[in-house]
Amino acid sequence: MGDFIVTLLTGLSSAAALFLVASGLSIIFGVTRIVNFAHGSFYMLGSYIGVTMVTALGSGGIAYWLALLIAAVAVGVIGVAMEVLLLRRVYQAPELFQLIATFGVILVIQDVTLWIWGPEDIVGPRAPGLSGAVTIFGEKLPEYDLVLIAVSPVVLIGLWLLFNRTRWGTLVRAATLDRQMVAALGVNQRWLFTGVLFLGSALAGLGGAIQLPKGGADLLMDFNIIAAAFVVVVVGGMGSIGGAFLAAMLIGLLQTFGIQIFPNSTLILMFLVMAVVLIFRPWGLLGKPESPGHGPVEAPEAPLRPANRKLRIIGSGVLAFLLMLPVAHLLLPSIIGDFTLVLVVEIMIYVLFAAALHFIMGPGGLVSFGHAAFFGGGAYAAALMVKFTDAPMEIAFWVAPIGAALLAILFGWFCVRLTGVYFAMLTLAFAQIAWAIMFQDAPASVAKALGEWFGWTAVEQITAGDDGILGIWPAEWASSRVTYYYLTVGLVVAGLLVLRRILFAPFGYTLRAGRDSPLRAAAIGIDLKQHQWIAFTISGAFAGLAGALFVYSKGSVFPTSMEIARSFDALLMVLLGGVHSLVGPIVGAATFTWLNDIFNELSYWRFLLGATIIALVLLLPNGLVSLGDTSVGRRLGLGPGREALA
Amino acid sequence: MKLNLLLVTGVALGALSAVHPAIAEGEIKIGDINSYTRLPAHTIPYKRGAQLAIEEINKAGGVLGKKLVLVSRDDQGKPGEAVKIAEQLRSRDKVALVSGSLFSHIGLALASWAKQRKMLYLAAEPLADALVWAKGNKYTFRLRPSTYMQAAMLASEAAKKENVKRWATIAPNYAYGKDAVAAFKKVLKRLRPDVMFVGSQWPGLFKIDAGAEVQALAKMKPDGIYNVTFGSDLAKFVREGRTRGLFKDKLVVGLLTGEPEYLDPLKGEAPVGWLVTGYPWADIQTAAHKKFLAAYQARWKDYPRIGSIVGYNTMLAINAMLKKAGSVDTEKMVTAMKGLKFDSPSGPIMFRAVDHQSTMGAWVGWTVLKDGMGAMANWQYLDGANFLPSVEETKKLRKQ
Repeated sequence: MGDFIVTLLTGLSSAAALFLVASGLSIIFGVTRIVNFAHGSFYMLGSYIGVTMVTALGSGGIAYWLALLIAAVAVGVIGVAMEVLLLRRVYQAPELFQLIATFGVILVIQDVTLWIWGPEDIVGPRAPGLSGAVTIFGEKLPEYDLVLIAVSPVVLIGLWLLFNRTRWGTLVRAATLDRQMVAALGVNQRWLFTGVLFLGSALAGLGGAIQLPKGGADLLMDFNIIAAAFVVVVVGGMGSIGGAFLAAMLIGLLQTFGIQIFPNSTLILMFLVMAVVLIFRPWGLLGKPESPGHGPVEAPEAPLRPANRKLRIIGSGVLAFLLMLPVAHLLLPSIIGDFTLVLVVEIMIYVLFAAALHFIMGPGGLVSFGHAAFFGGGAYAAALMVKFTDAPMEIAFWVAPIGAALLAILFGWFCVRLTGVYFAMLTLAFAQIAWAIMFQDAPASVAKALGEWFGWTAVEQITAGDDGILGIWPAEWASSRVTYYYLTVGLVVAGLLVLRRILFAPFGYTLRAGRDSPLRAAAIGIDLKQHQWIAFTISGAFAGLAGALFVYSKGSVFPTSMEIARSFDALLMVLLGGVHSLVGPIVGAATFTWLNDIFNELSYWRFLLGATIIALVLLLPNGLVSLGDTSVGRRLGLGPGREALA
Repeated sequence: MKLNLLLVTGVALGALSAVHPAIAEGEIKIGDINSYTRLPAHTIPYKRGAQLAIEEINKAGGVLGKKLVLVSRDDQGKPGEAVKIAEQLRSRDKVALVSGSLFSHIGLALASWAKQRKMLYLAAEPLADALVWAKGNKYTFRLRPSTYMQAAMLASEAAKKENVKRWATIAPNYAYGKDAVAAFKKVLKRLRPDVMFVGSQWPGLFKIDAGAEVQALAKMKPDGIYNVTFGSDLAKFVREGRTRGLFKDKLVVGLLTGEPEYLDPLKGEAPVGWLVTGYPWADIQTAAHKKFLAAYQARWKDYPRIGSIVGYNTMLAINAMLKKAGSVDTEKMVTAMKGLKFDSPSGPIMFRAVDHQSTMGAWVGWTVLKDGMGAMANWQYLDGANFLPSVEETKKLRKQ
């Protein structure tokens, strides 16, 4: 009895910080439609600033709570700065483009935090007078847990009053429902957005500050909370504060009880909940289907056109350059070293991965946040094939795309029923589940259980979890660097041409028709979901092929090839290059991989990379391929970017 | 058009590789790869220790008449990135060997690479047992005492506590945590067939839900708790466990908990009376360590962490190996590494020929509070050689 009650209260208290962060995220998304990845960074800043303020003001009585509030306000101001200096300038950009801007902010904040507060973890100061425990039916519960349990409902009520009893709140709700209408009625949206960013960021900062007595501040907090916050927002329903509250409590409780019953479930539980909720309630617990008049009305996208003569000449030039590079390497090894080939191979792999993602994201109109599942899925399919059957590389290169495609068929069946952010989050959930399966070597546990049942001797390790699968190197004939280079270039170029061919086939036109007008597409008898499902599978297969090239170039594969960060890298490449063009992902992947390589040698490379991304976002809001649209680009004769597309 | 960019990128790439000149004569370059941005609190002390050793070696005239140069690079915490950088260090910087890394999976990726490219790789900090056993190879050596060795040290001390019979474990949910629990169980069960393990908790790495985990552990009513959590997880676990009275009248054993990297951030809340492996840097009285400590503090105006001494010893090992090999030829260096003996601030160290694991040991003792900071008392330095499996057993573990 005592144990049950204390576990229950523990679960409720652990949900508090999560609720605050998630509610802030939900408010920002609801009004601005921005998926703010930097929200985790705001949470981290809340903790660090909170520690500093407590140290400055002293941890006695009122001063302590004042310090936490100041931290929240300070983070709110940082959020406003991000809105005014950065986001405001890219609202007109294609939807989700702001996402890269916030990604740049994450990188910058990481290095600035390291620079200001140093690398060591900071243990949070205890709340005055609340460092003990209360005894409930013989079980102890920390006193501060009671504060946390009270915070969530208080904030929830406060937000409800704000949104339902003030004019500002009414405007925010109106903007959430129909931004255009609010603008048409003469409301100054700028201030509304700035205010919302302040409120949302301050809530994240408060979340970071109030968790101090339970933990502290460290440099990994930003990434550790962001996935959980998204899960809560999506499970609750994007834009619904009540939903976020419900979801945070639900997940807090499931975690706490889940840990006792299935101690091994810690990595996967949250994402399982999200997958189940989205399958049965596609818009979350309390969310509503998106209304058509919702987000910004984008001008209909210019149709894809085959490349013009100029682009074809350039393309042939690049291809010739790629083909000649090893010759130059053999003739002038001191200028074109081994590493140049290694780097170009890496770039080509990411080009194929980005192009595969773009296939479903651009023409398909479905943004996947979990495409690393197929990249890593392909890599693992190849590696497992080699490990258990000693299959030659030639076979593994077939197995990888097939394995990834099968995975995509399975995930796609659930995912394509959804659209927009919900689709994105469900792909994220599945990718995370796939990651956890590899990470915890679930196949080996299943094999062991089956083995015990049937009396077999099962293998001890299948994916070997975090230790990965090692020693996957190219076949003898392809093991020289030059041969593997040609193999990669050949497969990637072939992959790009096949993807392009599909897009200019009737299937590709149908897919784009469905993206531009689902209603009309359905009216002329197109089974859109089926087309999307097939497109998702094709996209997965090519990502899997990229994964196979990856594993053979590195010699080993680890669960990191499936992690969220890898999915986001691909997303970043596509958006950075330009989602409206087939050349976009190629340019984006090449630029991103190359920038990453040159900055990596410098200390504070994250700051530089982040700042570069932000600069690119501000200068080229339609992606790198829109360089031709700028005055500089026009002078250089690059021509308009949106027309020459393939 | 748009593809101009690709062209520019390509040309720039070519130009970039041209900028780097060939290696200077009179230098031996060591490629150092570590997670400098992912876990700076652990890797920066490592780099400082390594740099100190390099400076001392060069001041004494270098090795083989040449100066040692450390080329340090950040792997971003990603195995793929580490392999790419290793490739770059090998072909562009022409390093003689590669050393470093902290995360086990990165160490394993580099080991696999080293075997393929026939390069010597001296793993400094990764703890995975697989690195020298199940997945060990000819070109990979490891300095720091492995997960198995440190867990075995703790288990052999814990076995002395007669009345502690019911054990519960808590470890981060990944390979290191699983290995650490398995090794502790194996050794303790062998020494004390009467103990039983009543349950295991597996929080996600750096995502511990401390209240819930403590509640779950309390429910098992153990006499002893074996803790493998570290970093921010440890801080949360200790605070929550103390507030909820979990540690009262229980023997708590903490793997790595006594290392300054993990103990110091806890400040006055450091656990008291835990049996831990760690590094009591202030109290080690050997002449070699005193000299190291003074030099380190003079050079960096900071005290050493476990990473510092591992970094320092890594470079001492490379120095001794180069002297013995008399060349930077990989095969000769590999031969020299086998059975290599050298003296270090932690004591004499030897690289076993059978599994390429060094016999560097660890300090085992009990945590106390000293001047408002965690520290270790009643500690002893346990030589790693005594906690490694015999040659025959090792051969079985290292099927090649």
